Amino acid sequence: MSAAAGTPALVRLALRRDRIMIPAWVLVTFVLIAGSARATTDLYATVGQRVRFVATSNGTPAIVALYGRIPDARSPGSVALFKIDIIGAVLAAVLSILLVVRHTRAEEESGRLELVGATGVGRRAPLTAALLVAGGADLALGLLSAAGLVAVGLPVEGSLVAGTAFATVGFAFAAIAAVVAQLTSSGRAAVGLSSAVLVAVYVVRAAGDSADAGGARRLTWLSPLGWGRQFRPYAGDRWWVALVTLGFAAVMVAAAYVLVARRDLGAGLLPDRPGPPRAGRALAGPLGLAWRLQRTSLLWWTVAFAILGAVLGGMAGSVSDIVGDSAGAGDLITKLGGGEALTDAFLSTELSFLGIGAAVFGVQTAMRARGEETAGAAELVLAASVGRFRWLASWLAVALAGTALLMAVAGVASGLVYAGQSGDGGETGRLAGAALARVPAVWVSVGVVAAAFGLLPRLAAAGWAALALFLVLTEGGPLLGLPQGVQDVSPFTHVPHLPGGQASAAPFGWLFAVAVVLLAAGLAGFRRRDLTS
Amino acid sequence: MNTALAVSGLVKSFGRSRALDGLDLTVRAGEVHGFLGPNGAGKSTTIRVLLGLLRADAGDAELLGGDPWRQATELHRRLAYVPGDVTLWPNLTGGEVIDLLGRLRGGLDERRRDELLRRFELDPRKKGRAYSKGNRQKVALVAALASDAELLILDEPTSGLDPLMEEVFQECVREERESGRTVLLSSHILSEVEALCDRVTIIRKGRTVESGTLADLRHLTRTSIEAELAAAPDGVAAMEGVHDARVTGTTIALEVDTARLDPVLRRLAEIGVRGLVSRPPTLEQLFLRHYEDDLDKTAGTAR
Repeated sequence: MSAAAGTPALVRLALRRDRIMIPAWVLVTFVLIAGSARATTDLYATVGQRVRFVATSNGTPAIVALYGRIPDARSPGSVALFKIDIIGAVLAAVLSILLVVRHTRAEEESGRLELVGATGVGRRAPLTAALLVAGGADLALGLLSAAGLVAVGLPVEGSLVAGTAFATVGFAFAAIAAVVAQLTSSGRAAVGLSSAVLVAVYVVRAAGDSADAGGARRLTWLSPLGWGRQFRPYAGDRWWVALVTLGFAAVMVAAAYVLVARRDLGAGLLPDRPGPPRAGRALAGPLGLAWRLQRTSLLWWTVAFAILGAVLGGMAGSVSDIVGDSAGAGDLITKLGGGEALTDAFLSTELSFLGIGAAVFGVQTAMRARGEETAGAAELVLAASVGRFRWLASWLAVALAGTALLMAVAGVASGLVYAGQSGDGGETGRLAGAALARVPAVWVSVGVVAAAFGLLPRLAAAGWAALALFLVLTEGGPLLGLPQGVQDVSPFTHVPHLPGGQASAAPFGWLFAVAVVLLAAGLAGFRRRDLTS
Repeated sequence: MNTALAVSGLVKSFGRSRALDGLDLTVRAGEVHGFLGPNGAGKSTTIRVLLGLLRADAGDAELLGGDPWRQATELHRRLAYVPGDVTLWPNLTGGEVIDLLGRLRGGLDERRRDELLRRFELDPRKKGRAYSKGNRQKVALVAALASDAELLILDEPTSGLDPLMEEVFQECVREERESGRTVLLSSHILSEVEALCDRVTIIRKGRTVESGTLADLRHLTRTSIEAELAAAPDGVAAMEGVHDARVTGTTIALEVDTARLDPVLRRLAEIGVRGLVSRPPTLEQLFLRHYEDDLDKTAGTAR
């Protein structure tokens, strides 16, 4: 039996399991890339507008660190890729990490791979299949993104180069995840470690891009995300960078195969450290358990929100310079965020994004209740004198409090940095309040999961779909010109445009009431239904 | 006589398939009750109804004098449960899980916890993901046995244990019985039930087919006899109630309905007995008879 035997069957199995996730991910990327490119090309239609925009954008350290410099101000395509060149690459990277770990280490951890491995499946087949599936998904993502850019009216060659950049950065991260999945013994740790690599290479790229011209700028060549930007679509079309990304992917894949051949099924190369033989005092009830299981995740989210908040605060001061005299941009940001001052409109828009980010944590935490139920761990707790209400309420409490904490941290961080720049200490409180204004809408998203979990548990994953819908309606609605009635479906549409906008209590009251009704429906439903798997 | 739990006419359907179809089960306080049935018979479903994890479609269920659905939380303080397939949290250690489950039930006997960890040779410092199936089961067993619950509900608790650990488990259950606890032990391992249980309920396809003490059930079955006789056993094989007789010279091996034991022994004595081995029916045989009904039905037409 060859070591790769059974690969086609495993590929089919993986595609069957991911038949919704992969198309959804690719489609969301497509909408984001095409939509953003279109908005930017409309906004900076003339060379003069582009040159002014690029001068301020490339002159603002926070923006350069976050998104990198725009290489060519005269090329509409180069300006259109502002932000999205890095966002597209990150989306491809995350998709690759999730797919590779899901079909290798996570399968192995669950024991399902043992079942499969005992059939006519070679030792290398699972890794090969996972890499093929991830690579295929990256390729689809790259091609569709290129098609979107062409549809917006950008040159074909540059669009293909951009798509190639996304796809091959995706390959590189699939290969990184393939190596990491051999090192750790849990799927969760493999995703965590791969994501840490992603963050690290992002930071390396940011350091390189921020450096003054010269040697230090070559740091970006040490980062796969930096390679993505070195393709320079519409500004030189450097196809040859693909040799770097593909070469790196090939070396990492080879390393992963060497590791596969050297280890036992189920074992990682990094040893599992022994833990405490006794439970700490906090681990005494369902709330302590939910907290214990989510606290590491919340810690990282908090760090990320603190950094994002600080970057936002740092960018806020230069917003008026960036937009400058481009009246169209002012209009757009006013349309996006409302409010009087441009800076406030900018902050309001970005805080809105952060709100949806916090909702991702909230939905993830609430969804773990469903994960616990299907895995059978909920049974162990519910059979031990814990009521249904208390058990579910514990998970929801961590979701609700965690999201509020994230928004508070982001608000305070942005406020502190902005206050430091503007010298107005009152900014901290004002921005913290504006960030917290998003919390009721975030809680509605958690409520959707809770209600689905209690009433239609098999459809609990609809919470993710609802959140994606909210994102498209709130952020894309005004751009796409959707009718207000449709935009109003998203709770985030109803949040007053803070800071700067008019704040009345009514929308908060309504959002809060909707959240309470959804949460109560979920709790009541769960008390009445059977445990399912 | 005190009843620890009583179930009658229990019905539970999942979609179109009927998992429980009028099931009856009574467990007396202080006894070890065997709950036997092949895979898919409805043992786990019954237990989940008793734990208030599932709601019965019809029938009555009483647990420790209360309603298992409505009073689930109060009742669970007085019982401990070991599922057939134990799922642990990958990043919690076994020791943490034991403490957590103990605290959720309202207390843990510290001395007994340590003693059980030693007897089951369980390392409490390992993370959940590193345990094998048997070790995950030991974690749940230690948590249950170290609690002060008056009722233990064990769903195929030894399915992942090796024979040595199974021995330890049997010792522990005997100690529990001596200290007056009630145990409901679901199993398809007959020797285990035979070794531990006072009374047994056998179910098939969601229905109770037999219930009683092991002695009661043996009345329904056959005794196997091997006898070495003074002369050839003429006519014994043809007697009423005798099955599967095999004669070699003056030796005979046969199965006899317990109700027809008297005349058969009298006849053997007339011929002259030189040696005699008689064995009570094992649960295996009891069990097989319930299968035979089915097999006969399907094979009957072919025969």
